[in-house]
Amino acid sequence: MSTPYAKLPAWADYGLIPLINLAVAFIVAGFVVMLVGENPFRAAVILVEGAFGKGTGIAFTLFYATTFIFSGLSVAVAAHCGLFNIGGEGQGYIAGLGIGIVSLAFDSVLPWWLTFPIAIIAAAAMGALWALIPAYLQAKRGSHIVITTIMFNFIAASVMVYALVGFLKPPSSMAPQTRTFLDGAQLPKLNWVIELFGAKIRSAPLNISFLLALVMAFLVWLLIWRTRLGYEMRTYGHSPKAARYAGISETRIIIIAMMISGALAGMMALNPTMGDQHNVALDFVSGAGFVGIAVALMGRLHPVGIVLAAILFGMLYQGGAELAFEMPAISRDMIVIIQGLVILFAGALEHMFRPYVQALFASISPRTVGMEAAKGKGA
Amino acid sequence: MAQAAIELIGINKSFGAVRANRDINLEIARGTIHGIVGENGAGKSTLMSILYGFYQADSGEIRVGGKPASIKTPNDAIALGIGMVHQHFMLVDNFSVLENVILGAESDALLKKSIAKARSELERLEREYGLEVDPDAIIEELPVGLQQRVEILKALYRGAEILILDEPTGVLTPAEADHLFRILKQLKEQGKTIVLITHKLREIMAITDTVSVMRQGTMVATRETRKTTVEELAELMVGRRVLLRVEKGEAEAGGVKLAVKNLTVKDQRGVTMVDDISFDLRAGEIVGIAGVAGNGQSELLEAISGIRHAVSGSVMLEGKPIDLTGAADPGELRDRGLAHVPEDRHHVGLVLAFEENENSILGYHDDERYLKGPFLDIDAIRNDARDKITKYDIRPADCRLKTANFSGGNQQKIVLAREMEQHPGVLIVGQPTRGVDVGAIEFIHKRLIAMRDQGKAVLVVSVELDEIRSLSDRILVMFAGRIVGERGPEASEGELGLLMAGVEQREAAE
Amino acid sequence: MDLFNAIIQILDSTIRLSVPLLLACLAGLYSERAGVFDIGLEGKMLVGAFAGAAAASVFHSALIGLGMAILISVAFAMIHGFASITHRGNQIVSGVAINFIAAGSTIMLGQAWFQQGGRTPALAPGERFEAITWPGADALREVPILGPIYAELISGHSILVYIAFLMVPFTWWVLFRTRFGLRLRAVGENPAAVDTAGISVAWLRYRALICTGVLTGIAGAYLSMVQNGGFVKDMTAGKGYIALAALIFAKWKPVNAMFACLLFGFLDALSIRLQGTPLPVIGKVPVQFMQALPYVLTVILLAGFIGKAIPPRAGGVPYVKER
Repeated sequence: MSTPYAKLPAWADYGLIPLINLAVAFIVAGFVVMLVGENPFRAAVILVEGAFGKGTGIAFTLFYATTFIFSGLSVAVAAHCGLFNIGGEGQGYIAGLGIGIVSLAFDSVLPWWLTFPIAIIAAAAMGALWALIPAYLQAKRGSHIVITTIMFNFIAASVMVYALVGFLKPPSSMAPQTRTFLDGAQLPKLNWVIELFGAKIRSAPLNISFLLALVMAFLVWLLIWRTRLGYEMRTYGHSPKAARYAGISETRIIIIAMMISGALAGMMALNPTMGDQHNVALDFVSGAGFVGIAVALMGRLHPVGIVLAAILFGMLYQGGAELAFEMPAISRDMIVIIQGLVILFAGALEHMFRPYVQALFASISPRTVGMEAAKGKGA
Repeated sequence: MAQAAIELIGINKSFGAVRANRDINLEIARGTIHGIVGENGAGKSTLMSILYGFYQADSGEIRVGGKPASIKTPNDAIALGIGMVHQHFMLVDNFSVLENVILGAESDALLKKSIAKARSELERLEREYGLEVDPDAIIEELPVGLQQRVEILKALYRGAEILILDEPTGVLTPAEADHLFRILKQLKEQGKTIVLITHKLREIMAITDTVSVMRQGTMVATRETRKTTVEELAELMVGRRVLLRVEKGEAEAGGVKLAVKNLTVKDQRGVTMVDDISFDLRAGEIVGIAGVAGNGQSELLEAISGIRHAVSGSVMLEGKPIDLTGAADPGELRDRGLAHVPEDRHHVGLVLAFEENENSILGYHDDERYLKGPFLDIDAIRNDARDKITKYDIRPADCRLKTANFSGGNQQKIVLAREMEQHPGVLIVGQPTRGVDVGAIEFIHKRLIAMRDQGKAVLVVSVELDEIRSLSDRILVMFAGRIVGERGPEASEGELGLLMAGVEQREAAE
Repeated sequence: MDLFNAIIQILDSTIRLSVPLLLACLAGLYSERAGVFDIGLEGKMLVGAFAGAAAASVFHSALIGLGMAILISVAFAMIHGFASITHRGNQIVSGVAINFIAAGSTIMLGQAWFQQGGRTPALAPGERFEAITWPGADALREVPILGPIYAELISGHSILVYIAFLMVPFTWWVLFRTRFGLRLRAVGENPAAVDTAGISVAWLRYRALICTGVLTGIAGAYLSMVQNGGFVKDMTAGKGYIALAALIFAKWKPVNAMFACLLFGFLDALSIRLQGTPLPVIGKVPVQFMQALPYVLTVILLAGFIGKAIPPRAGGVPYVKER
C-alpha cells in the first residue's frame, strides 16, 4: 500500500483535508435528512444546540466522547503498527467480564478509588488477552487479522451472554445482567467541573473515566512518538522491510501492538459500566468499538485528533438524541449513517479530494507541491 | 532487405522527471531475430511496453507492416499480431495451461469451444515448433522453463506474427535457455519476427540477425550481428562515460574482517541466486562487486547483513561466525560492527514518512545514546541528526523535515551518515549512488575512501562499472550467482564488460 | 418416530436458516474471487432486506419487492466499487463504511416512512413469497420415512429457497464453464495477467460486484419477505459475517460453500432446538457454545490447523499498473 507523498503544508494535511471529508459526509447526510422530509439546516442547529447548548448536554457529549476516545485510541495504536484492529467491540465487551468480576468481588469491601485501579487492570488485561490470540495467529500463522478479530467479536458476544445468563447474574433475577454495583464500584461524577463554569446539570453520567481517557490519550502520544517501542511500531507500520532491516522482530511487535490496542479497547468498558449503569448488562458496548474506527480515521491517528473526533461523535450521539426528540422523522440512527459516511470519505476515499486540493495549492504557490507529486508517479 | 515488420519513429516517453525513452528510431525486418541490448534502466522494457500498448508514448509514431498503427491497449497490439513474453510471466498460477492460453482470447461466452479449439491448436503448435507442454497441467506445478513456454504459446495462439521476449533467459538454466533458442530459430524459419531484449551479449551473438544497443534512454547503434563483435557491443552498451575518478592512495590491506565461504542463497521461488561464493574482505580495502543487476548481488548483501537466510556456507565477521539460518538479527550484527547501506533506500534503508532525525537512528534505535530508559531521548537524537547534517552537508539542513521531501542524493547521505558515523569495522554498501546527483556522487565516493583509509573494510556492490572501477582496490565480477573473475582496478572496461556479460575468458589475465 | 420427526424438523429449519447464509456466501464468492475483499456483505444484505419489504408493502407485489431489493443492494455494491476499485481505497474500510450506512439508513428511512419503530408494515399474503407445495406432497406425507422427507424437506419452501440452492451449481457453472468466470477467477489471482491480455481489470471487478449485489439483494429479500413478514431493524444480525466465515471455510468454492452454510445453519437450528435440553453423554451444551462454533471453527481453519484456506492471491489489493 504505497500512497503517493504529497507535499502539502501540515495544516492542510491534518486540518483541511479531514474537514473537507467531514463536510462532504455531512452534505450527504443532509440529503438523507431531506429525503425524510426535514430541513437539514434546522436539523444541524438542533444537533449542535442539543450537544453544547446546556450544561447537561455538554456533560452527555463528554460522557459519550469518553468511550470513543478509548476505542479510537485502540484503533490508532494498531494502525500505527500497520494493523487493522476491527475487534475493539469484542475486546471491550469481554472486558466487561473482568470489570463485573472485580466490581462484584470488591464493591462491598473497598472504596471506589481502590476498586477502580483493579478494575482498570482487569479490563485492560481482558481486552489485551482477547487481542492476543488474533495477534498471535497473524504473526505466527498468517491468519488475516481483520477476519480473526471479527470472529472474536462474535465469540466474545457468546461468552458474555453465557456469563451474564449464568454466573454473573444474581440467581434470583431473570434479567441477563449483574446486580447493581454498590458504592465501592461506582465512579464519581465529574459534572461539578462543568458546573464550575456556571452551567446547571440535571443529571448526567459524565464520570472520572473521562479523565482516564485523557490520560490514556497522552500516554498513547508518549508511546507512539516518544518511546523506543512506539518507534518500532511506526517503523513496522510504514515499512515491514525497513523494520526487518532495523532488526525489529515482526512477531514481537505485532503481538505487543495488538495487546496495547486490546487493552485500550478493554478500558472503554469502564465508562458505561462502573461510570453509568453501575452494572454489566447485555450488549453494553453497543457499537462503540466500531465508532472507534471512524474516530481514529477522522483524527488522523493522532491522540489530539482522536480526542477532538471523539467529542465530535459524542456531540452527534447527544445532539442526535435531542434531534430525534425534536424531529420525530429523524431517529438517532442518523448518527450511524454519518459515522458510515465519515468512514467512507475520511477512510476509503481519503485521497479522492487530495488531488484537487493539491492542484489548488499548486496554482497558489507552485513551490509547495509539484515536484514530489510528479515523482510519486515515476520511479 | 525484407520489408520492415515494425518501425518506431521518434518515440519519447517520460515518467515524471525520468526520460525513459528519448527520440527512439528503430526498424525491425520481417522474419528476423532482432536483439535489443542495454544495461538495466536503459529503457528497453519501456520501449517494448509502448509497442505492446501497455504504455502510451508521449510522442512518436509506430508502423506495423508499413502502416501507421495506433496502439493504445494490449488488445490493439494483439490485433496487429504483436505478442509479448514478459519478464515476470503474466500467468495465473493456479490455472491450467489451457485456461491461461485462452484467457482474453476466448471464442465465445462459454469455454467449451475455446478449450477444445485451444487443445487442438496446442497440438498443432507442438507439432510445428516442438513446443511440448501438457495442456492440463497447473502452472504453479510446472518448472519455470515450461511456464515460459506457455507464455510463448499464449502469444502464438493469439496469432502473433511478431514476438517480443523481455529478458527471457533471466530465470532459465543454460540448458533451458538453449532449448528456448532452438524454438526461437524455428519460429523465425516459419516467418515470425522476433524481438529479443536482453543484457547478455552471449545470447545476442548466438541467435540474433541484427542488434540494436540502447543506453540511457537513447538508441545508440544498430548493427548486423555477424559484422560486429562482443567487444564493440560491450563498449556501446557501457559507453565512454566521463570517469569521475576520485583521488586515492594505495590500499594498505590488513587482516581479514569478513570471510565468506561457499555461500549459497536461494530466493522465494527456490531459484539459486548466490551459488557457492567465497571471498575475503580485509581491513583497509574496498572490494567492489561488479555485475549486471539480478545476478545475485542483492541476495548476497542481504544474506551477509542478516536479512535473508542462506542455504549453506559460512560468513565470519571479525573471526566469529554469523548465524545464517534466519535467526541472525540485523541488530545483533550492527552491535558486532557490521554496517549496511541497503540497495533500496526507499523501502529498506529509510522510512520515507519519518522525519529526518527519526531515520538517522533506524537500526540503532536501541542504542543507549538515543534512549532514556524506554523513552527516546529526543534532544540527543535531534542533536545527533544535526551533527550529521552538518558533517555530510545534507540539504535542506532541517532534521524535522519528512524524509520523502529530500532529494535522492540527500536521502542517500542520510543513510550513509547513519551507517558511517557508527564507526563500524565492516561497511557493506549496495548501489552507493543510484539515483544520486553528480555532486553527491563525488562526496559519497570520498567518504567511502576515507572509511578505507581509516582501516575499515568496505564492500561495494554496484551496477555502475565506472563507480566500481574508481572506488575498488579489488574487483569481483558476479554473473549468474557466481564470482566469475577477480581483477585489479586497472582492468579495462571492455574486459570487465565481457565478464559481466558472462562471456568465457580464456586469455592471459590470470 | 419422535426422534425421526425431531430430526426432520431440525433439518427443515437447517435449510431455512442456511438459505440467507448461502446467498450471501455466494455473493461474497463473486467479489472475493475477483479480488475484492467483501466485509460489506452484511450491509448489502440489510439494505436489500429493507428495500424489498418496503417496496413490497408499498406496491403490494413480492416481485417488485425483490426487484427493488436487488437494485438497492447493487447500488451499495457500486459504492463499494467506486471507493475500492476506482479510487483504490482500502477495501475493508469501505466495506465497514457500507455496513454502517446500511444499518443507519434502513432504520432511519423505515421510521420516517412507516413510523413503526424502524419496522416496515407486516406484509400481506401477495406481498411475500409463499411456500410452494410440490405435487402430491400432502398425499405422500403419511408414507413412512420418505413421505415426511418429501413433504417437509423438499416441498414447502418459497421460490427463493430453491433459487438459493440452484445458485450453487449455477455459480459453479459460471465460474468454471464461462468466459466471464474464467476472467473473474483470473483477475482475483493475477490482475496483471488480465490487464496484459487486453481485458479491463476495473470493469471486470465492477461486474463481479454487480453479481454480489444481486445475490445479497435476494438474501435480504429472503430475510424480510420469506423468513419474516416484514423488515425489522438489524435483521441480518451478523449473518453477513457468518457468510464470510462460511466462504473462508469453503475455501472460496461454490459447492463447499453450500456445505459450509448448511453446517452453520445446522448448528444454528440445533442450538435453537436444544435450548436447555440435555444431550446424551455430553450433558447440557450451552446454547452460546453452539452459536459461537461457526466462528471458532473459522478461526481454527484460518490458523491452518485443519487444512489451509488460501484466499485469492490478489484479494484485498487495489490494482495498480506496475512499471
